[in-house]
Amino acid sequence: MRVVVWLVEGTWPACVDAVRGHVPGAAEVVLLHVSEPDVPGLAHGAFAGLLGRARSEPDPGDRMETLGTTSAARLLDAAARRLDRPATRLERAGRAEREVVAVAEGADLLVLARDGDRAHLGPRSLGPAGRFVVDHAPCPVLLVWPESPPDVATLPPPPPHP
Amino acid sequence: MVRPFGWPEAVVAVPAAALVVVTGAIPLDHVRAEAAHLGPVIGFLAAVLVLARFCDDEGLFRACGAWMARWAKARPGRLLTAVFALASAITAVLSLDATIVLLTPVVFATAARMGARPKPHVYACTHLSNTASLLLPVSNLTNLLAFTTSGLSFTRFAALMVLPWLVAIGAEYVVFRRFFAHDLGAAAPEPSAEEPPEVPVFALVTVGCTLAGFVAASALGIDPAWSAAAGALVLAGRALARRRATPLTVVKAAAPSFLAFVLALGVVVRAVVDNGLADALGRLLPDGSDLPALLGIAALAAVLANLINNLPAVLVLLPLTAASGPGAVLAVLLGVNIGPNLTYAGSLATLLWRRIVHQHEHGVDLKEFTRLGLIAVPAALVPAVLALWLSLQVVGG
Repeated sequence: MRVVVWLVEGTWPACVDAVRGHVPGAAEVVLLHVSEPDVPGLAHGAFAGLLGRARSEPDPGDRMETLGTTSAARLLDAAARRLDRPATRLERAGRAEREVVAVAEGADLLVLARDGDRAHLGPRSLGPAGRFVVDHAPCPVLLVWPESPPDVATLPPPPPHP
Repeated sequence: MVRPFGWPEAVVAVPAAALVVVTGAIPLDHVRAEAAHLGPVIGFLAAVLVLARFCDDEGLFRACGAWMARWAKARPGRLLTAVFALASAITAVLSLDATIVLLTPVVFATAARMGARPKPHVYACTHLSNTASLLLPVSNLTNLLAFTTSGLSFTRFAALMVLPWLVAIGAEYVVFRRFFAHDLGAAAPEPSAEEPPEVPVFALVTVGCTLAGFVAASALGIDPAWSAAAGALVLAGRALARRRATPLTVVKAAAPSFLAFVLALGVVVRAVVDNGLADALGRLLPDGSDLPALLGIAALAAVLANLINNLPAVLVLLPLTAASGPGAVLAVLLGVNIGPNLTYAGSLATLLWRRIVHQHEHGVDLKEFTRLGLIAVPAALVPAVLALWLSLQVVGG
């Protein structure tokens, strides 16, 4: 059994805990983190907006690309420690939702955390990336709440006409 | 990474300036006037660049990272507040270059160490480098150019701009809290053990004295650039004495090719303005400095900045608005400083140029960038113009 666990900053501990709670110990676990190039890209763009500074000052986006690699490695290390079983660490770069779907191909389970509004039950509890992955996953999905789930009372009222 | 055409922009601008002078597109006395006008601005700019660079060497920005992490207590919402406070202060005092080049990587590293999603915080840096650059003449090169045109003293400039500055930052903060609510709601799981930051006392005292020097110089009628030069010399001198810098690194910190670029751009823009752009834009610009005129000027400035970058935009608009008084000049600044948040890379011209030389967007979600800009720019610009109008009534132009 191959289990892919998509780890995102802030919400990853819930995914690791779900693996510990629901996945048999013999399963092959892949801890996946995707670095999106958009954040260093923001710095590249801001620097390009500073007309005339090319070559005079260092492009901050370059430094952030290096920093990003280090922090992704730290996140995967922390997750592996929390999981406390053998696991493969996988770091990918690109659009997160597409990379996750690609890695999940042929897997027996994909674990991910909700990435939207976590105060109410409902479709908005999935952000755009999470929505894409859930809709396109080529395997069974285990979707967890990052913290304790909202109360069932947050359910919207039923539509007026039955 | 291979970068075709990755040379300094001065390589293009300086020959272009030489060309317009040689072909007579601009009369020689206009070249002289432009150089005399830009000379002190460039000196001032060089001093601020050196000051920021050696503040970094003194560990100021490292300390900023530690302060932010401590204040944030592993909560992304609190981190955003800390980023807003520090990025606004750094931009105002050490200029937008310091925020983009020196602070942004520190903010990114701090968010990553906390386990927080870095995007809202990095976006905050890029937006505030523009929006929070309204306060002082030193905050932005556009301000330095307008400052010499407006005839305002350093303190009067700051007194008129403090309210628009605060209002614009406040508006950005509200927009960010809502726009990034989900990212900021994701708890940071590992409150990392932060060692107490080493306070860079020497840098802080020097910057404080430089600021006091601005006020004193403006009261005594001396050019405040001297105060910036003194601050830069003190920090650079200390680095030289401790052998942490060489004369060459000091000269490099002043970014000579950038200074040459500014001068060349000034000459080229003057030639374009002389040859018809002044008449064309003069018809569009509202006269006077009542509230509707200020709003119109700021909006036009914002649009122009998004088309051709805010540096040429301010060079074009300043001569046309100087006659309407300081209110109109400051309205131009609100437009050209807040406006660039709308377009990735600051303007369509830069974006197009990057396409041409194949420096693509590095995967930035342009839809998200523009959506945030479409909300944040009007939300900051309109109240800021209102605040400027109010300041003009209270402080007086």
